Amino acid sequence: MSDQLLVSTRKGLFSAHRTARGVWDLDSVSFLGDNVSLAMQDPRDGAWYAALDHGHFGAKLHRSKDRGATWEEIGVPAYPTPPEGHVEKDFLGREIPWRLMRFWCLTPGLPSQPGLLWAGTLPGGLFWSEDSGATWTMVEALWNMPERRKWAGGGADVPGIHSVCVDPRDGNRVVVAVSSGGVWHTQDCGKTWTAHTKGMRADYAPPELVEAPESQDPHRMVQCPAAPNIWWIQHHNGIFRSTDDAMTWTEIKDVKPSVFGFPVVVHPKDPDTAWFVPAIKDERRIPVEGRVVVNRTRDGGRTFETLGRGLPQSWAYDLVYRHALDLDATGERLAFGSTTGSVWISENAGDDWITLAEHLPPVHAVLFV
Amino acid sequence: MSRVAFTTNLQRHVACPPCTVAGATVQESLEAAFALYPKLRGYVLDEHGALRFHMAVFVDGTPIADRRGLSDPVSAASEIYVMQALSGG
Repeated sequence: MSDQLLVSTRKGLFSAHRTARGVWDLDSVSFLGDNVSLAMQDPRDGAWYAALDHGHFGAKLHRSKDRGATWEEIGVPAYPTPPEGHVEKDFLGREIPWRLMRFWCLTPGLPSQPGLLWAGTLPGGLFWSEDSGATWTMVEALWNMPERRKWAGGGADVPGIHSVCVDPRDGNRVVVAVSSGGVWHTQDCGKTWTAHTKGMRADYAPPELVEAPESQDPHRMVQCPAAPNIWWIQHHNGIFRSTDDAMTWTEIKDVKPSVFGFPVVVHPKDPDTAWFVPAIKDERRIPVEGRVVVNRTRDGGRTFETLGRGLPQSWAYDLVYRHALDLDATGERLAFGSTTGSVWISENAGDDWITLAEHLPPVHAVLFV
Repeated sequence: MSRVAFTTNLQRHVACPPCTVAGATVQESLEAAFALYPKLRGYVLDEHGALRFHMAVFVDGTPIADRRGLSDPVSAASEIYVMQALSGG
């Protein structure tokens, strides 16, 4: 059971904890005024990581070995130098710079791989570190793959890797999801890559590209730790599930109030239980009818419950980004934060929600630690 | 020896008081400053050594022309000022 939550926001990394009275309170902030795009806790040594996006001064990475009391700046990935005169453009003809713009996810390796970290970045980069983030190496096989040139901006102006899942059975097997650019597998720790998106569709693409792997825009991808053959994706076009280890995908339709959204989390022990935060898709991107709700399925997507007890049910326009919903290790405590600075916590798997904050800066990510 | 000064907004992240350095170009002068403040490099330049998009360097009141190679000349009496571009504000 986790009693502490980290909230990564546009203006700092906030911490909240559960008091002895059972109330959640904000208690501290690190990097106040700076854009914190995400945080990560390494379960192997307890270290915290915070990724900053300074805008003027670039993306930085900081690590704390004392749960946020002090931080040290560590290394950041470097993109390769492009060939002289080379200007890369996406398939729509827009320039893609070969330089680090932002961290979009940080994922630890397995317990058997101490010090190994993976970083998904904008634009479209995957890096790994063998020394807890001091130095980084680009996974060049993925960067140099011709199909990468077909990736496009989805959640940002340039394509990016937002989900990195390391197989709990085999640390050499890694699956990444790209917005927008599909789902890519490696079995050999990054040397070779294959797309597996059969079953997905991209209605926003031209008809002949609807099923193309590179057209797919997974917003967030998760793998059930206890049942690693079961995967969930909140896709731009809806909700998809895989029961064959992310090889093929089944669309889950007719989910009310909407199949659109950004985040998904899966119960750590029950692969049939997952949570989503629905929104009106595309041009609006606001809660349906101004009601903030969470959708929960407990039967693998056959049915959903729409949970709103304790959440604003009128005149609310909170959008929840892909990393801004988290679940603790018990599967009972959930938290999510919004673009309008609200954060809510549930201690009973989403049945009831309490408001932690209403006036924080825009929330990029939340994390139980 | 030219003088290099950095925007105060950088001081919040990296201690970098004004310094006096030798160098015939902006690139040489900044390299000398980074030798004093190693952490500063990644805040001013990207991984390819180009000036970050939202940063600006002035030499004696004139913005540099070569943001990629930093080849603008510097004299011994030059004042180099490293600051933010308002575009990033």
